[in-house]
Amino acid sequence: MANVITRTAGNVMDWVNARAPGMMPMYRKHMTEYYAPKNFNFWYYFGSLALLVLVNQIVTGIFLTMHFKPNATEAFASIEYIMRDVEWGWLIRYMHTTGASLFFIVVYLHMFRGLLYGSYQKPRELVWLLGMVIYLVLMAEAFMGYVLPWGQMSFWGAKVIISLFGAIPVIGQGLTEWIMGDYLPGDATLGRFFALHVIALPLVLLLLVVLHLGALHEVGSNNPDGIDVKKGPKGNRWSPTAPSDAIPFHPYYTVKDMVGVGFFLILAAFIIFFAPTFGGLFLEHDNFTEANRLVTPAHIKPVWYFTPYYAMLRVVPSFFAIKLWGVLVMFAAIAVLFLVPWLDKSPVKSYRYRGWISWAMLLMFAVCFVWLGKIGAGPGTDPVETIIGRVLTFLYFVFFITMPLWTRIDKTKPVPERVTTHD
Amino acid sequence: MGSDAVDERLDNLGRRRFLTATTAVVGAVGAGFLAVPFIKSWNPSARAKLAGAPITADISALAEGTRMVLEWRGQPIWIVKRTKQMLDLLPTLDPRMRDPKSTNTDQQPAYVLKGDYHYRSIKPEISVLVGLCTHLGCSPEMKAEIKPEPFDPNWKGGYFCPCHKSRFDLSGRVFDGVPAPINLLVPPHHYENDTTIVIGVDPKGVA
Repeated sequence: MANVITRTAGNVMDWVNARAPGMMPMYRKHMTEYYAPKNFNFWYYFGSLALLVLVNQIVTGIFLTMHFKPNATEAFASIEYIMRDVEWGWLIRYMHTTGASLFFIVVYLHMFRGLLYGSYQKPRELVWLLGMVIYLVLMAEAFMGYVLPWGQMSFWGAKVIISLFGAIPVIGQGLTEWIMGDYLPGDATLGRFFALHVIALPLVLLLLVVLHLGALHEVGSNNPDGIDVKKGPKGNRWSPTAPSDAIPFHPYYTVKDMVGVGFFLILAAFIIFFAPTFGGLFLEHDNFTEANRLVTPAHIKPVWYFTPYYAMLRVVPSFFAIKLWGVLVMFAAIAVLFLVPWLDKSPVKSYRYRGWISWAMLLMFAVCFVWLGKIGAGPGTDPVETIIGRVLTFLYFVFFITMPLWTRIDKTKPVPERVTTHD
Repeated sequence: MGSDAVDERLDNLGRRRFLTATTAVVGAVGAGFLAVPFIKSWNPSARAKLAGAPITADISALAEGTRMVLEWRGQPIWIVKRTKQMLDLLPTLDPRMRDPKSTNTDQQPAYVLKGDYHYRSIKPEISVLVGLCTHLGCSPEMKAEIKPEPFDPNWKGGYFCPCHKSRFDLSGRVFDGVPAPINLLVPPHHYENDTTIVIGVDPKGVA
């Protein structure tokens, strides 16, 4: 019996391979014969977790579109309908809203890992650049998704963010009208944001993820020691030509990642079931009221993952009665991230072999980012906080602009020949 | 024969390259034209434009010192008929203003500054403003009376935003030291006749 099954399965495989001979080599190239350094640690969970959240967003998103009504008169009510009347609708929606915030948590940790181990350095510049484009698209995707429920914060958040483009001289006014399709956020805005959120940007995201992984698999993964395992000795249990300090991605890292997935899902389930609004951080309280263009919420702020940039927008004063500076600083804060591979002049990749200056700077950067996030989420009325925000914004840029300097003068330690945990 | 054939091939190669390049350029231009309808489809539709069309206000019944509120493009528009006393007080407020002469040209059309810059209006007594705070878009309250207010003991009449306590005078000029960065906006408008204002269209002869 078993013989018949294996024989049939084998025949089917042969049939497919004869007609699509490239499939198995591709599977091997990216899974069983993709040799990754054997010393991955905790920080290496977040790439695969980001992929998991992306799948979650797509699946739950597809089911939400089945009940959601993308127009200004019905959108808010259709969300309430999903929450109250659709069987398990509340779970699907909370999986989607919690997933959005968790997406940014894992992406921020994933990016921090890149900074920590110098994963953007040559030859992985393209991997970093593609990752940064993913981050940009993800921000657009999240912003537009937040507008769809058509709550107060959806409306006013959209109004404030779109009006940023109005600060551009000459074309600003026309540009905001073009983005909104009206003179204020309305039905036209909601319709186009829906189309972009459910079709256009997810397609772009998927393509970018494929390119990000493709670029990574061409050059190979970095590791916590920042050592190029391809330059080390050759030959391991699976292949005489593969690096000795590397192991096949499947099954070794797929199994390792499953541990991370298990832990992550427990955390996610806890939030989904017990704290879906997360104290107003993941779902803001004002967004449980339908959009009303005549009533401004007392305190307009974006969701937590945008607040560091929003803080910069707010604390930068308007010089010569021009509001554009804050907008420029905010966009520059994101743009400067793209340049990191060329700003870092350190001869070593990983922070394990860098000196105290690098550690101090990275710590300062992390503190700036988190603290700015806290300021951006606040009411922004405290003048002392505004001064602190300006200092933090300044230091944020100091980290990047002076990076060529301090990465050069910082004392590095000798990098070992092989990864520290080899046998 | 040999060299002729080579020359002919090279000629052919040049021609092919030229044809390929011109085809690519024509294709790119075509794609550019094709993009226009898609980009233009995002502009405010005819329906949205109609809803944003100019509005007409009859101000013959507007009493001195009072305000009428209209809606244009989803924004409240205030038309206020100021008294002589209100107008006379405006110059005294100049030192307390962030931008007393309304130098920021984005805040108002140039024709409202042709007369006395304190008034920010075509006719001195009639002030037309967009009733949205330039800080975060709340609608300020009108506090026209001259009396000490909790937020300002020297209050000479003006507008007060309840959201973040921004203050403006009766010309919509912002006080120094409040969150709002610029003066209240003056919408494009003109007088069709002595008592009819059209909001949304500049006077004739003004670009």
